[in-house]
Amino acid sequence: MSAAAPIAALGRATLGMLAAVGRIALFAGAVVSHIFRPPFYPRELLTALIQIGWLSLPVVGLTAIFTGGALALQIYAGGARFSAEAVVPSIVAIGMTRELGPVLGGLMVAARVASSIAAEIGTMKVTEQIDALVTLSTNPLKYLAVPRVLAATLAVPILVAVGDSIGIAGGWLVGVNRLDFNSATYIKNTIDFLEVWDVGSGLVKGAAFGFIVALMGCYHGMNSGRGAQGVGRATKSAVVAASVLILAANYLLTEVFFTS
Amino acid sequence: MIELSGVTKSFGPNQVLRGIDLRVESNSSMVIIGGSGTGKSVLLKCILGLVHPDKGQILLNDEDVTRAERDAFLARFGMLFQGAALFDSLHVWENVAFRLLRGAQKRPKAEAREIAIEKLRRVGLGPQVADLYPAELSGGMQKRVGLARAIAVDPEIIFFDEPTTGLDPIMAGVINDLIREIVTEMGATAMTITHDMTSVRAIADNVAMLHRGKIRWTGPVSELDTTPDPYVQQFIHGRAEGPIEALR
Ligand SMILES: Nc1ncnc2c1ncn2[C@@H]1O[C@H](COP(=O)(O)OP(=O)(O)OP(=O)(O)O)[C@@H](O)[C@H]1O
Ligand SMILES: [Mg+2]
Repeated sequence: MSAAAPIAALGRATLGMLAAVGRIALFAGAVVSHIFRPPFYPRELLTALIQIGWLSLPVVGLTAIFTGGALALQIYAGGARFSAEAVVPSIVAIGMTRELGPVLGGLMVAARVASSIAAEIGTMKVTEQIDALVTLSTNPLKYLAVPRVLAATLAVPILVAVGDSIGIAGGWLVGVNRLDFNSATYIKNTIDFLEVWDVGSGLVKGAAFGFIVALMGCYHGMNSGRGAQGVGRATKSAVVAASVLILAANYLLTEVFFTS
Repeated sequence: MIELSGVTKSFGPNQVLRGIDLRVESNSSMVIIGGSGTGKSVLLKCILGLVHPDKGQILLNDEDVTRAERDAFLARFGMLFQGAALFDSLHVWENVAFRLLRGAQKRPKAEAREIAIEKLRRVGLGPQVADLYPAELSGGMQKRVGLARAIAVDPEIIFFDEPTTGLDPIMAGVINDLIREIVTEMGATAMTITHDMTSVRAIADNVAMLHRGKIRWTGPVSELDTTPDPYVQQFIHGRAEGPIEALR
């Protein structure tokens, strides 16, 4: 092996990654362009909305309530160091709506939805169902990917809004029952200090994360290798890619929204 | 008429098709035979554009298939996949009526269902299976649903990838008759892959044998038994000894 071998391997890996980024970007562009062009598949969209939105409510709600509660305890303990316990309601609200609601909601949806989309579409690929769609004059991208991506982009902001509310309620529950806050004061402080953009920015993040989750599920499913192993690998890649991209996009969006 | 010339296809180092030349006349029934793994399924997929050949040309009625308008081109075809490839999220009748429920050939739902049930009847399945999911059917039943889907809109060219494997002899007979009927009565062009010699004799006008990525022999079914080609003779008589090695 020559001395240049590690460099060559690094170069190959970099090129491979750039090629994958390019393919995903092209795939994303194709999906977006097909959203606005007929034929439309309303039934598939409805099914996807139920699968991605409605059925994710329990997991997003549970995540939010525990996170809101823990957040209240932490901020109370931290605030006590400089006698600022009163900030608990507003910081819980801001923390939930700006960061934790969308990010944790997005990650939970990634675990639940990116995996199931990738496994479903991957199985369709290896059992020739995607080929069958083509022979039945149906574009698989349009029939499978577009409804799922659109549904996730629409549903995740709603999930985030629900998660925000439940998370704040979790903070309130802990605040009132464990930290001796007055219930009315807690609620008043939450509302008074919360701005529209705190919530709005979180919802925009939610839409971006929903798009990422469904896109990764569809992309990896459609490019699944052969056999059960191929589907397994596609599912894993979809969840990992969706999670990492969510965190990266979260940083970028925060940078864009809150530094001026 | 379907005409292939010099079609090659490799998957990595695995050279599957090594120059296929084949002519399938319109309104005739061509049966492809050949050992397992010789690329019969890949050949059909190349014609449909599901697999892109590395080299060679495929003409449909003298028009290059790669230049044809994709939707119009595919609307002329029906395909039964080797593994049936039914959509497991849809009911059996929705699978059969897939083309009739969306796109250019869309019909009212009740009418589409009626057509689906009629096609199911033709492949020997009663109306009670219409509202089941594919996963609730046996392998042979799934195969027949796939067949019903392939013929649902009476396409002019139909590909059958092993239509009778997994069926009992009586049902296989029903399917053979159906394929024959589709060609003679509805004037369709059929290409069928099969390992079942009874089927070959029942379905075929012409037979082509694929071996080592090439068409080893082709001719009318009447010459199948009399051809001196040792490969064909070994294959149709299922002999272990002969020019075709058992280890492939
Ligand atoms: N998508 C693919 N990727 C890689 N190799 C493939 C692919 N499809 C087919 N092959 C290979 O091509 C060869 C021919 O496959 P094909 O399915 O056409 O065989 P066949 O003649 O239909 O066999 P059988 O009678 O068993 O169905 C096999 O060696 C298979 O491994
Ligand atoms: Mg095959």
